[in-house]
Amino acid sequence: MRFLSVWTPLPFIRRDIVISRSFSEPRPGEITPKEYYLRRRTVLAAAGFLSAGIATGTVKAASLQTRPGGFGTSETPTSLADITHYNNFYEFGLDKSDPARLSGSFHSRPWTLRIQGAVAKPVTIDIDQLIAAHQPESRIYRMRCVEAWSMVIPWDGIPLADILRQAEPLGSAKFVAFTSVLRPDEMPGQRSGYGSISWPYVEGLRLDEAMNPLTLLAVGLYGETLSSQNGAPLRLVVPWKYGFKGIKSITTITLLETMPPTSWNQLAPQEYGFYANVNPDVDHPRWSQASERVIGSGGFFGERRQPTRLFNGYGDQVAHLYAGMDLKTFF
Amino acid sequence: MASSIRWTRPRVIILMLWIAGLAPAFRSFWLGAHNELGPDPVRSFEHLLGLWAFRFLLASLAITPLRLVTGYSLIRYRRTLGLLTFVYALMHVATYIALDLHFDFATLWRDLTRRPFLIFGMIAFLCLILLAATSSQYSIRKLGRNWRRLHRIVYVALIAASAHFLMAFKTWHPEALLYVLSGSILLIIRIGYKIRSQVRQTGAKM
Repeated sequence: MRFLSVWTPLPFIRRDIVISRSFSEPRPGEITPKEYYLRRRTVLAAAGFLSAGIATGTVKAASLQTRPGGFGTSETPTSLADITHYNNFYEFGLDKSDPARLSGSFHSRPWTLRIQGAVAKPVTIDIDQLIAAHQPESRIYRMRCVEAWSMVIPWDGIPLADILRQAEPLGSAKFVAFTSVLRPDEMPGQRSGYGSISWPYVEGLRLDEAMNPLTLLAVGLYGETLSSQNGAPLRLVVPWKYGFKGIKSITTITLLETMPPTSWNQLAPQEYGFYANVNPDVDHPRWSQASERVIGSGGFFGERRQPTRLFNGYGDQVAHLYAGMDLKTFF
Repeated sequence: MASSIRWTRPRVIILMLWIAGLAPAFRSFWLGAHNELGPDPVRSFEHLLGLWAFRFLLASLAITPLRLVTGYSLIRYRRTLGLLTFVYALMHVATYIALDLHFDFATLWRDLTRRPFLIFGMIAFLCLILLAATSSQYSIRKLGRNWRRLHRIVYVALIAASAHFLMAFKTWHPEALLYVLSGSILLIIRIGYKIRSQVRQTGAKM
């Protein structure tokens, strides 16, 4: 992927024009199955029906109309069963199996996303309108957790840059802050506080990281809308950073001049930094980051361990953002 | 042969303790081998083995407090509980080296010498090796008074294992806190009785 930066009238916003894109031929698994394609017109109808409010308000994964996206990896995607049953989502509980088990009363419709702060056009938009306005693209990304395990996930989402550009960030905007949801009545983990995160979960990116073509607001996976345990209805995906940067169930995006607080950094600043770039040379104080366990890679005797790559292998797209920066200090 | 052993009641119970004690390990291994331990079977198995090691450690440390508080003595089963602790710790370490690290000894050595989490685990394991190696009647006879002194390193094992368990998660984990708290209570009971007996001794001398 090669970019040409061009000046635009909006300061701080460079338009990165793609002058060549190595587009990976979609794998058979990426191609929208025919029956979904034929039912595409019912997707919007279903979305409209659902936001009218079913009694429980909970959304079963419905098929999304998506188009193929770039930046895909050729590595084998992790199974949907593993992706939806192995989650760190402490709002529902501390065990990896808790989010799937305990998110039954969480409703992700109706849902609005607010974009505010240092923008010319603050907006509050309904999630289904957002999906209809920007047809999600499917991207197969690696995901690396700070706990030293990894997955390959076929996300369906909208580039964050597209959404931010519509709000027209002001020249003063340097950072993007994200806020998740606070619903102790629907999220058991938010009711107790055992020295845990102070809710709601917050995250942040530098503006250039947010505008990078890789940064995605995911609304689905494997061609279906997100399940609650994966951060329905909308979550951030920043594949070159540790997974905890991927804030789930986003309600608000705020553009700011100063670096925003982030939940894990507030909880343990010597262990979790703002940047959290995947880096095998910068270990976690308590464990090594030099390698990772690949989830679902071969069962009991064959679970693979592979070396971790700098920026999770996305250096071509993002290394320039950190040129000259000491990655050990700014971890 | 089984026929030449005198099957006293304690020996039957000890046999049953071994069978029941190892059952969780066998069951979990069977589930793992059939891919029924979830998305991260190696980590789940490691965790289960470590958990049972801690449970048996607590059980072996509860024998004396139980006797002090209720007068009921299960001391003849303490060695079995201690050995089960060691066997589970051994399986826990073996799983880590074989199934997690895939025998990458270079990484193991590097991490063992740098990560406090692993250093505490190693200390606990070394203590348990020493305790298991000197757990026989032969050792008790040979070491005499020093056997009791040597076996006090079970407290070092408890403290190291507690630190290891607490450091295993990103946040304070209720399960780890519960186990460490239980261990602390057992220690406090022992220390309390020890102080009381020393005070009594001092009083008696006067």
